[in-house]
Amino acid sequence: MDYAFATITELRQALDTKQISAVELAKFFLARIRRFNAELNAFITICENEALAEAAEADKRIASGKVEPLTGIPYASKDLFVTRAVKTTAASKILENYIPPFDATVIARLRQAGSILLGKTNLDQFAHGSSTETSFYGPTHNPWDLERIPGGSSGGSTAAVAAGLVPFATATETGGSIRQPASLCGISGWKPTYGRVSRFGVIAMSSSMDSMGTVARSVEDLAITAEAISGFDPKDGTSGSVKIAEWSKNLPRDLRGLRMGVPQEYFVPGIEDDVKDRVNEAIDKIRKLGAEIIDVSLPLTAYGSMVYAIVTSSEVSSNLARYDGIRYGLSSAAAKDVFEIYSLSRAEGFGPEAKRRVMTGTYALSVGYRGAYYLNAQKVRRLIVNEFAEVFKKCDMLLCPSTPNFAPKIGGAADNPLFGYISDQLNIPASLAGLPGLCVPCGFGKPAEQRDNGDMPVGLQIIGPQWGEQQVFQVGYAYQQVTEWHQAKPKGF
Amino acid sequence: MTYESIIGLEIHVQLKTKSKMFCGSKNDPDEREPNINICEVCSGQPGVLPVINREAVHKALLVGLALDCQIAEYSKFDRKNYFYPDLPKGYQISQYDQPICGKGWVEIDSPPRAGARRGGEKTRRTIRINRAHLEEDAGKLIHEGNTTLVDLNRAGVPLLEIVTEPDFRDPAEAKTFLHNLRNTVRYLGVSDADMEKGHLRCDANISLRNPGETELPGYKVEIKNLNSFKAVEAGLNYEIARQTELLAVGEKLINETRGWDDVQSMTVAQRSKEEAHDYRYFPEPDLPIMHFVREEIEKLRAELPELPAQKLERFQTEYGLPEKDAEVLVNERSLAEYFEEVMSELEEWLSSSPSPGVGRVGERSDESIHKLAKQAVNWITGDFQALLKVAGTDARDAKITPENLAELIKMIHKGEVSGAAGKKILTIMFERGGDPSNIARDEGLGQVSDEEAIVVAVDKVIAENPKVVADFLSGKKPALGFLVGKVMAEMKGQANPQMVNSVLSKKLG
Repeated sequence: MDYAFATITELRQALDTKQISAVELAKFFLARIRRFNAELNAFITICENEALAEAAEADKRIASGKVEPLTGIPYASKDLFVTRAVKTTAASKILENYIPPFDATVIARLRQAGSILLGKTNLDQFAHGSSTETSFYGPTHNPWDLERIPGGSSGGSTAAVAAGLVPFATATETGGSIRQPASLCGISGWKPTYGRVSRFGVIAMSSSMDSMGTVARSVEDLAITAEAISGFDPKDGTSGSVKIAEWSKNLPRDLRGLRMGVPQEYFVPGIEDDVKDRVNEAIDKIRKLGAEIIDVSLPLTAYGSMVYAIVTSSEVSSNLARYDGIRYGLSSAAAKDVFEIYSLSRAEGFGPEAKRRVMTGTYALSVGYRGAYYLNAQKVRRLIVNEFAEVFKKCDMLLCPSTPNFAPKIGGAADNPLFGYISDQLNIPASLAGLPGLCVPCGFGKPAEQRDNGDMPVGLQIIGPQWGEQQVFQVGYAYQQVTEWHQAKPKGF
Repeated sequence: MTYESIIGLEIHVQLKTKSKMFCGSKNDPDEREPNINICEVCSGQPGVLPVINREAVHKALLVGLALDCQIAEYSKFDRKNYFYPDLPKGYQISQYDQPICGKGWVEIDSPPRAGARRGGEKTRRTIRINRAHLEEDAGKLIHEGNTTLVDLNRAGVPLLEIVTEPDFRDPAEAKTFLHNLRNTVRYLGVSDADMEKGHLRCDANISLRNPGETELPGYKVEIKNLNSFKAVEAGLNYEIARQTELLAVGEKLINETRGWDDVQSMTVAQRSKEEAHDYRYFPEPDLPIMHFVREEIEKLRAELPELPAQKLERFQTEYGLPEKDAEVLVNERSLAEYFEEVMSELEEWLSSSPSPGVGRVGERSDESIHKLAKQAVNWITGDFQALLKVAGTDARDAKITPENLAELIKMIHKGEVSGAAGKKILTIMFERGGDPSNIARDEGLGQVSDEEAIVVAVDKVIAENPKVVADFLSGKKPALGFLVGKVMAEMKGQANPQMVNSVLSKKLG
């Protein structure tokens, strides 16, 4: 078996039938990480010793028959999740040497399930970005074309899964940071309903939108990992107590009788022709599976990015205040008084994008501007929420592109501070409304301007109503039963 | 020129809860070892989230109801952003525009104004409450030479900030209000409210206007660091004098914050409003909105204990206590409760047993209750409280039970022990507890009220002192005193002096 590109279900079987031990499997993936990370830069930290110790424990569990679906399955975590005793940087300089004394709830649940953490993946610094280029540790490269970005901010996680370095990885999304890089790296990604997965222990970007999900090789794998990390957490006052169904057991479903809406506004001006074509082909496939396809309209889509820019930068400006050089993290050696501890530590420790967002947010929340920016943005956000609620009276789910573009060359996104807002414009509205979304690979294509390039992946997005995880998984699963795009492997890995 | 002072208060009450406002760390204001009661949440580690403490919300509601505040149907938390080393997250979770408790009011008995014409008379005044909101406390900074240390034990402890309208016209009124508020929160069991320990912190706003004006002045001065009731009054009086002087020479006063210096007894300029922070308040996205159910709130209101102001009135009407006595009791909840327990013993005795000199058997007249109540309060606020003070304990922890003290009062009342002996018995009971009649017997402190024994002694003294008796009968009234003394000596000082007197008078009459 090719373990590198095997699904969780396949690996589960290999472990349970003793074809391979958890320690051997961990070693196998650790070797791949060591081999390919130099060219991908997908990992910031590799925790080999901890992983092998946990894998030995998992082998004991497997021997004793006390196995959960993820026992012995290796994974990587976006370096935004705090991990006890394992360095957690948020891809920043200011947390370069931060070793947390506790686990994020998601990490704790995966630990409980017996999943093996192999390392921490690269991301845009503090998740600020859509290209993984703002990382203090350098950009991650797209396995489909090393000259290109993997998308972001969860680019390290999606590149690692796409290159077969781990079977799945944790990821986070505030406005597209799971769906967009999953799309650009040609893998499956799940952005949960806000409140479905605990945010506790995940370094906050924008608290009212941050959603913790996973990226993997298939929708089935997503459903398995989703079951392991979802559910109410007493440590997170915004986590929901809605019951989790057995998503992975209820995946097969006849799509007949389902009504899928296609929001016309999501085929934005500037969308790549190949993206549009692949997504329309995928929609056609779903029609052929029996679902009814209707056109719907979400006229407020265009305002999403503006609302997002104001709300997230406002929350960012406050969420980053704790990195002050007093208790942990970088504290400037040059500081002569308390004011300089703040100003110099933050000046040295934050990258330009973090500074840009802190300044924007501070401005937006200031007396005299609060009403014009923050409060108005929240009102428009409410209208967007209402607009989705209305459209879900007409259809069960939405089908649309994950992102209008292909992965650009490294440097191309960094030079354009608005790249993220353009690239994530089809993800942001659902994020503002806290809705669940799925990205599934739906083919390949070439950017219109660069026809001489190799083919790059395209992703189909499925958006469900609040708490509608089960049904988006079912549609994604049905699609993957009749397509093979999710099984494609990049060359050289 | 005398101006009218306009005073408002902002009071922070540290709520006594098991854990902190937003995490499970212990809330222990007395912890001496630094950074013991902390966790990843209250030390502001990356990724942590706050969770609302139900007990703190409950206690805030109790205070709100006691202050007759409107309780919000829903309430939310907001972030107040600023940098300070004692503030781990770089923002304080507070409440901005939807406080848990809205407008309310309380009445206070304003002490007579200094220089008021009708001296000595109190006036009842209404003080409006603007709001009361929940927030978290900051840590403490400890300065040692050139270094500053941070202790986060206090970081995240629940605070209730109570803001009054500028309704005080006199520093003494502000002090009275604060005093009542302290008693109220203690009665509610929501805070120890010890100002010296920082459980209760007060900032005052003060400005002056010409008498007869109704508009608020165009400025206000905030006084911080008022760490005792005395400081509140002194700080305000100092500001009145300072501002009066400046206004008298035509100076325009500005908004500013001044700190009270207890040592120098003066306020010192800290910062003017022009340098004021922009706290960039916005709704705390990490916490859900709190919804309050009307019926639950009304249930809570019905369950409120009797508050000190109500108790003060009741002690005066029900027991006929003078206001001063009632006040001393009410000021300490444990003392007031102790008094009530003593009284309930005494009242039971009154209505069930013969009680010479108090009323007829079974009669329970107001007069007799008032008389006993006065005796009880004298014992409690006199010798008993003095003993408590010396021992540094609380009435609840005293070895004398209310039953024992009631028993002692009955014994004195019945003439079984003298007042002087009663004091001795009380001291013994305070030291080792026990029943007062046993103590009286063991220590030989009982008083003989047995008429027969007294008659025997009186007869003996009359027989042995014919000359003195003759003197008395010839009109030398003071001679009686000598005879009484002789009888008392005969009975080793344990006779009931009133009975000796009356028996002697009868025999010689």
